[in-house]
Amino acid sequence: MTAKRQILDSIRGSLGRGALPPSRRAELEEALNHPHAAAVPARGTLPHPEQIALFMAMCVEMSASVDRVASKALVPAAIASYLASQNLPTRLVVAPALQALDWAAAPLLETRFGAALPIDPVSVTPVAAGVAETGTLVLCSGPDSPTTLNFLPDTHIAVIEAGQVVGGYEEVWARLRVDGRLVPRNINMITGPSRTGDIEQTILLGAHGPRRLHVILVDEHGG
Amino acid sequence: MHPTSHDFKANAHRAMRDEALQGALATLKKGFRAKRGVAVERLPEFEALRDAGRDMKNHVLAHLDHYLELFEAKVLAQGGHVHWARDAEEARRIVLDICRASNARTVTKGKSMVAEEIGLNAYLEKNGVRPVETDLGEYIIQLRDEPPSHIIAPAIHLNRGHVAQAFVKAHPQYPADRPLGEARELLDEAREVLRESFVTADLGITGANMMIAETGATIIVTNEGNGDLTQTLPRVHVVLTSIEKVVPTMEDATTVLRLLARSATGQEFAAYTTFSAGPRRAEDLDGPSEFHVVLLDNGRSNMLGGAFHDMLRCIRCAACINHCPIYGAIGGHAYGWVYPGPMGSVLTPALIGLEEARDLPNASTLCGRCEAVCPMRIPLPRMLRHWRGREFERHLQPGRVRLALKGWSWLVRHPTLYRLYTMAAVATLGMLGKRRGRFTSMPMAGGWTNTRDLPAPSARRGFMDQWATGRRR
Ligand code: SF4
Repeated sequence: MTAKRQILDSIRGSLGRGALPPSRRAELEEALNHPHAAAVPARGTLPHPEQIALFMAMCVEMSASVDRVASKALVPAAIASYLASQNLPTRLVVAPALQALDWAAAPLLETRFGAALPIDPVSVTPVAAGVAETGTLVLCSGPDSPTTLNFLPDTHIAVIEAGQVVGGYEEVWARLRVDGRLVPRNINMITGPSRTGDIEQTILLGAHGPRRLHVILVDEHGG
Repeated sequence: MHPTSHDFKANAHRAMRDEALQGALATLKKGFRAKRGVAVERLPEFEALRDAGRDMKNHVLAHLDHYLELFEAKVLAQGGHVHWARDAEEARRIVLDICRASNARTVTKGKSMVAEEIGLNAYLEKNGVRPVETDLGEYIIQLRDEPPSHIIAPAIHLNRGHVAQAFVKAHPQYPADRPLGEARELLDEAREVLRESFVTADLGITGANMMIAETGATIIVTNEGNGDLTQTLPRVHVVLTSIEKVVPTMEDATTVLRLLARSATGQEFAAYTTFSAGPRRAEDLDGPSEFHVVLLDNGRSNMLGGAFHDMLRCIRCAACINHCPIYGAIGGHAYGWVYPGPMGSVLTPALIGLEEARDLPNASTLCGRCEAVCPMRIPLPRMLRHWRGREFERHLQPGRVRLALKGWSWLVRHPTLYRLYTMAAVATLGMLGKRRGRFTSMPMAGGWTNTRDLPAPSARRGFMDQWATGRRR
């Protein structure tokens, strides 16, 4: 008997039944199409402007830094001034999804588009959503947004549009379902920079992932 | 890992006398416990989420075969592989076979308690594959060649000095007199050393906090980002997990995620929660080319439907461990196997046998704190009592203990005699201990008084006596 067979039989034996009847299986499978969210926290159901404020506040609480710009056109300059203020390198690896930004507007930035290499000091990525409840960014992997950008560089800069901020996590899943994007290779929920408490329970930032997470919120679409 | 649970009593005695360990354990209270309290306080919906989590998991367990098959079908449809392992040996062999098939020499590992459970590292090493732990705590204990002492903070029994010592020995590429007194210096060195491993590893092994039947994704929840580098950079990603961790939908996973970090470290949310579904897609610029999930049973299917069924709801948050006065006094190694504290005392006898682990169910005061904080509302004390009952039935306690229990049981079934006996005992102890209010030593009770005082009865009359005369509040 194969291992799978034996494990399934053992489960059924312990539960005191055989395999579920096809009608029950169909019912349970159908139920997956109507996912049920239990107890969504009230703090995730604020009106949108307050959601944005909560999102920004939670990002800061989680040790990310935040900036807010009026349009997409201003993002490259905002990146340049952040890096200058922190004394960080200006060599960027950027998600292909952001290739259309006006990079020429910030001539001091050196940009490359693609996945991250271990030598890349700074990455710039879009996000699929931002969740106000805990200041969590949601990123979906794909050719436009390679996963290594989220983890290899010392500094991760994430660009989020105001319209991408939602209250609770379930709203993100609902949006991704509609877009048929619920199952990219990776969904990364990112809340603040990398950290550890493994030495004497002292919380230190910059364990293995980025030492810094900088979030740039863009108020207006397009641009 | 080879269990030493049968030596629990000796282990515990040693732990109580270990000053470094006692110092390290003192951080539990201000750390995890206090932070959990604050996080729970901030979320008014926490109790409702606990109910929802419990109900959701009960539903899954009642249909576990079905959800596992759904999950498997999704993984296969996305080009991944699923391997079923009846026991530890089968799981180890599966992982080794995957390593061999992909010619893997060095494998990086994210933290996985299932890997500890099956003793994966020792097995891989014996077979010519070098495992490198990448979670900082796991890395430290790997260098020291010891097992984790906590399920989410594996090196909690150590202090900076221990870590510095281990690093000086393990990293000869750095000058021996470099400063390593601060946690920051230790972390930066580990980061640099492990970067190398991340980039050169042939294969990455992670655990999974959950699997989702709806999408065929596995989930890891981490703070360091090591799990993500482990699974994204090498050619092959192996997820090693156990059958009870499946949930139906993203929404169900979300309920657990809202409970997990708050219960574990007292964080609002962990830094990284990652859903992984299948190998890299045709157009992807990064990610592993192969994706394997190993589903371990190892005794879990037998727990279904029985006295320990509810234990399968466990999400391994460690809240019960962090709040356990026994764990707080002796740390995790004394328990002698992979899972310490209350959850371990329930799980260990179920997974490796009551004969080996017979002392663990007694390593509890049944104070109930574990159940009070368990996000999945697992009735841990009830299950510990259940194990004690089985021990008695199976004659696993020493003769002296059985005799004493039998004698006691006879005595309490004869109320008049019982009352006379306790009155006499209370009067005698009260008189003898009147001056100091406590006993620091007592014949036949050295097991108690060696490490703590026995309070002397304050009134000369016992509870029954006071109750009868109406002196009750
Ligand atoms: S038994 Fe409960 S509190 Fe303990 S680790 Fe499991 S889920 Fe957490």
